[in-house]
Amino acid sequence: MNHVHNFLRFWYDFVIGDDWTVALCVALALGATALLTACHVAAWWLTPAAVVVVLAVSLRRATRSGGGTGDRTGGTGRPGGRG
Amino acid sequence: MNATVLVLSVFLACAVEAVEALTIVLAAGTTRGWRSPLIGTGAALAVLAVVVGALGPAVGRVPLQPLRLVVGALLLVFGLQWLRKAILRAAGHKALHDEDRIYRERAAAARTAGGGGRAFVPDWYGFTMAFKGVLLEGLEVVFIVITFGAVQGRIGLAALGAAAAVLLVTAVGLLVRAPLARVPENTLKFAVGVLLTAFGLFWSVEGTGARWPGSDLALLALVPGTLAVALVCVTALRGPREPAGTRPGSPDDPGAGS
Repeated sequence: MNHVHNFLRFWYDFVIGDDWTVALCVALALGATALLTACHVAAWWLTPAAVVVVLAVSLRRATRSGGGTGDRTGGTGRPGGRG
Repeated sequence: MNATVLVLSVFLACAVEAVEALTIVLAAGTTRGWRSPLIGTGAALAVLAVVVGALGPAVGRVPLQPLRLVVGALLLVFGLQWLRKAILRAAGHKALHDEDRIYRERAAAARTAGGGGRAFVPDWYGFTMAFKGVLLEGLEVVFIVITFGAVQGRIGLAALGAAAAVLLVTAVGLLVRAPLARVPENTLKFAVGVLLTAFGLFWSVEGTGARWPGSDLALLALVPGTLAVALVCVTALRGPREPAGTRPGSPDDPGAGS
């Protein structure tokens, strides 16, 4: 069970990372773009605009909470630490 | 996207991962002897080769539009993670990535760890340290190669860019036998974050069925546009200037990469 948890945790950290709201907003923006495109509305601008907003909000939240992960040592806490 | 841009993007991203893996293998090798860490490195590379061999052809069979949506979305989320951390580092809200410090910490941990071997591995600690480091960093390389390569139908070319980065970093590492602290890693991470985010945006939006104005030429606006947004974020997060050299990542910090 512990191995399964660690495996899932690894993939969560790998793909989603420190701020899950970024992934959620990207998914919602892409869903909305697909929906508008299916209705023949030019929606190519929607996801880039959403990315700018979600990045700014995520950064603001991270700086207010002291670096997001609380990691000010430059490490990521695991050998394969990303970014 | 032309071949040069594809190879260059994969090369930069993979060089960053290779530098990090090299630091771990060097820390294990110099403190515990080279045999077990090299066996660990070889084992990890074998696992990664199997993953690429299995995933590459499988991903190649998926129809292009859903592939672009899924791969583009993953790349966008992945790229935003890189970019977010790179911006926080450049703005001084997160310490810069420092290979020398990481090397010292890992070497110190390796020196104090107990010995003992298993099966054909004389030193299990050295083996697992190198295996985990190379495998985890390597998975990111595989992810980048498969996403960039599959969407363009050029996995071989993307793998070539990755192999060139890994070989170059390994060769330099063998020559200097020290962590590659002079590689401007923080600047590279910033650039890679910009590229991953821009390409992720381009492909994921195309995957939804929407069409970019100017088709592929939109990338010429997306890459500098993403860079501009990132630089604005860095400037905004830095706030009022503090005295020189007081903040990690400030332009006055000699170690600042971006």
